[in-house]
Parts: sequence; C-alpha cells; structure tokens
Amino acid sequence: MSDASEDRPALFEADRAGYSAGGVQILSDVSLRIRAGALIAVIGPNGSGKTTLLRLVMGLIQPTQGRLTWTGIMPKRAIVFQKPTLLRRTVAGNLRFALSVAGVPPDQREAQSRDLLELVGLWTLRDRPARRLSGGEQQRLAVARALARRPKLLLLDEPTASLDPAATRTLEDLVRRISRPDTTVILTTHDLGQARRLAEEIVLLHRGRVIETGSAAEFFEVPKTVEARRFAAGDLLL
Amino acid sequence: MLRTAVDLIATADAALIRTIELSLAVSVGATLLSALVSVPVGALVALTSFRGRSAVVITLNSLMGLPPVVVGLTVYLLLSRSGPLGTIGLLFTPSAMVIAQAILVSPIIAAMTRQTIEDLWTEYRDEFAAADVRPVARVIALVWDGRFSLVTALLAGFGRAVAEVGAVIIVGGNIAGFTRTMTTTIALETSQGDLERAIALGIILVAVVMLVNALVWTARRVGQRYAA
Repeated sequence: MSDASEDRPALFEADRAGYSAGGVQILSDVSLRIRAGALIAVIGPNGSGKTTLLRLVMGLIQPTQGRLTWTGIMPKRAIVFQKPTLLRRTVAGNLRFALSVAGVPPDQREAQSRDLLELVGLWTLRDRPARRLSGGEQQRLAVARALARRPKLLLLDEPTASLDPAATRTLEDLVRRISRPDTTVILTTHDLGQARRLAEEIVLLHRGRVIETGSAAEFFEVPKTVEARRFAAGDLLL
Repeated sequence: MLRTAVDLIATADAALIRTIELSLAVSVGATLLSALVSVPVGALVALTSFRGRSAVVITLNSLMGLPPVVVGLTVYLLLSRSGPLGTIGLLFTPSAMVIAQAILVSPIIAAMTRQTIEDLWTEYRDEFAAADVRPVARVIALVWDGRFSLVTALLAGFGRAVAEVGAVIIVGGNIAGFTRTMTTTIALETSQGDLERAIALGIILVAVVMLVNALVWTARRVGQRYAA
C-alpha cells in the first residue's frame, strides 16, 4: 500500500485469530494490521463473521485460536451494536448514565451531555423517552453514548442497516466527523456504497475468513481476488 | 340496608374510619416491609446462577398462591406464648398482622421482581458489558429501569394483602378497635347479622382494590412510554 495511512503506527494486529462457539467455526485465520486513526470498513455478506470480529476487538469475547496484540497500551474502546439497547429513560438520562459509568465527575456531566447531544443533533430531543426516537435518532444516541467513554477506537456494527437514505447520510456525516481528529473507526456494513463513501481501508470477510484487505481506492479499482472483484462489482456474494 | 351502609360511609362513622385506617396501615406496612427483602431477593435470583436456581424460581412462583390461613397459622405458631418467638409478645397485635401479610405477599413481590429484572438483564447485558458497568451500578440501573414494573409488583402485593382475611384474623385475633381490619370486620359483622356495616366496608374495600388496579394500569402506561 502506498497511501498516506502507511506511516501511521499500528493500533493492533490480529495474528491468525479464530473464534469458534458450539462447534461452529465463525472466524478462521484472521490476520490484520489496523492502523491508528484510520476509518475501516469491514464488508461481507451476512454471516461472514463481521459482528464476531467486532466483538473480538471490543474484548467481549476472546479468540479461541491465534491472538490480538495491541501496540502500546490498549486504547479505550466503545461499540455501537447493530440494534443498540437504549435505557428506559430520556435521551439525556441515557447520556447521563453513560457519562457516570465512564467516570465523568457529576459536575461535568451536564456540559458534556450537552456537547455530545449537540454533536449528534439530539439536543432538542433531550427530554424525550429514548426508546420513542426514530431508528436514525436511536443510532445517533447510541453513538453519543459510546463517545461518552472518549474512545480511541470506535466500533460500529452495521450502523445504518435499518435506516432510510436521509438518516444514513446524517449518520455517515457523523462518523466522518468523529473519525477525523484521532479516533480509529471500524464499521461493518454490507452496503458497498457506504464502504465506498466512507472507508479509507477495506477488510473483506467471507465465510469467516479475510479475503482481502487494503486501501479503499485500491480495493475498488484493482481488487486482487475473485471474491473482491465480484463484491466490488456489486455481485451478490453468497 | 344499602342506605344505612352508604350513610355509615357518608357520615364518616368513627369506628368505620378506624377500621379502614388500620387495614390500610397494616397492608401498606406489610408491603413495604416485604419489599425491603423481596425486591433484593428477586433481583439476586435474577442476576445470579447457582445450583438449584430453577427450583428456587419454581418455588417462588408457586408460593404466590400461598393460602393466607396457612401463613396465619405458621405465624401464630411462631408468635404464640409457647412458640419460638413467643417472648416478644407480638401475637394479637397489628405488628403480628404486618408480619403475616408481609410473608404472604413476599413471594408475589419477589417473583415479579425476578421476572422484571431478568427480562431487563437479558436485554441490557451486552450493553452493560461493553460499557464496563460495575455490578452495583448494574443492579441500581436495572431496578430503576424496571421501576414501573416494580411498582406494579408492590401494588399487586398490597392488593393481595388488603383483601385477605385468613392470615390477619388468626394472628390479629379480630380485637375491636385494635386488630380489626376491613376484611375481618366484614366476616364478623356478617356472621352477627350487622349487614350494614359489612356492606359499607365491602364497598370501601372494592373501591380500594379498584384504585390499586387503576394505579397498576397507570404505572404500566407510563412505563410503556419509556419502554416503547
């Protein structure tokens, strides 16, 4: 790879990592080098192991084969699940809880809560019951809640899977804004357009294996593998 | 007859009021006393796994139908002069009635708490794991988010307590002006033929039960706003 991201230090490396549960091999031989500050899209069809990969990176599960090695100290991580569960409280109440869990002192929670809600465009809805929000608004609140942890690595699992184009666009803009300063973002998607619009780097997963990795430009212009060529061309990868 | 009953209510007959007050005080006290133990026990069972957990859950659920007279008898045996707790001298006092009703409603409150907390926990566990929520903070958050269902559990417990007669009549002794509740008065007055007083108390009791159900309904509706 020859783009600018080359000189960024690695945030973590996966070395032949695998994960199996209940006799089913979900991920096999995953070797990856994720650079700090990058915006990475993990793409692949349903069941290819995208969510499991994110859970591994988040530390919610441990690899059953191989390992994940963090360069330097492990960064603060946060994840937004595909279907985030919001608390049965108001929008602001959800954020206050997240901030308190993140260890933010009580006298700073109001201000930070306001900053985060303004960032995701939900400040005016702060007194609404969170679970009454629209799908897109719920996703944005979940992102704000994840940001309350001040993560250096943000994991987004299919953040726009059930959103309409307008809500998708708002969320994509938000992801760009978050990733810019110094946050590494890994998102999964099966939406090729989204990967093209957002990602600097691509990881293509298929049946639990990494088929291809590389810069987004390279991936879409000169895909190296048959699967990547087919996927990039918009073929259905089954 | 119905007129006399309504008159008793309308004129706020002193003995009638005292009976209603005692009834409500005993049942509210029993519900709160029970909640102190039952809510934590229910939450604990919901959030822990141990050998025989299923047996505990099944027992808890079946004890919801505990016969009041059996609870009354048990508490009577415990508190009677020759019983293990006889020296405290609580038998035939309102305190004994509070204890008996608290035992009676505890399985209801504990079982409903367990169900509520367990359902919420299933839903929240991934998020809590991802956010590193500490165990104590988890319990507080689950209880708070289940607040509307837990209020419903308390109201269900109170509803059962205030309407039962078997336990309080055994341990309270139905002493006039001292341990006489709405239900025991109805039982006594009916058997003595003073039907007006019995009917008046019956009307009040039904009103209380309806009020409790209205509150349950309201709690559920408000809860649904947040649960969506």
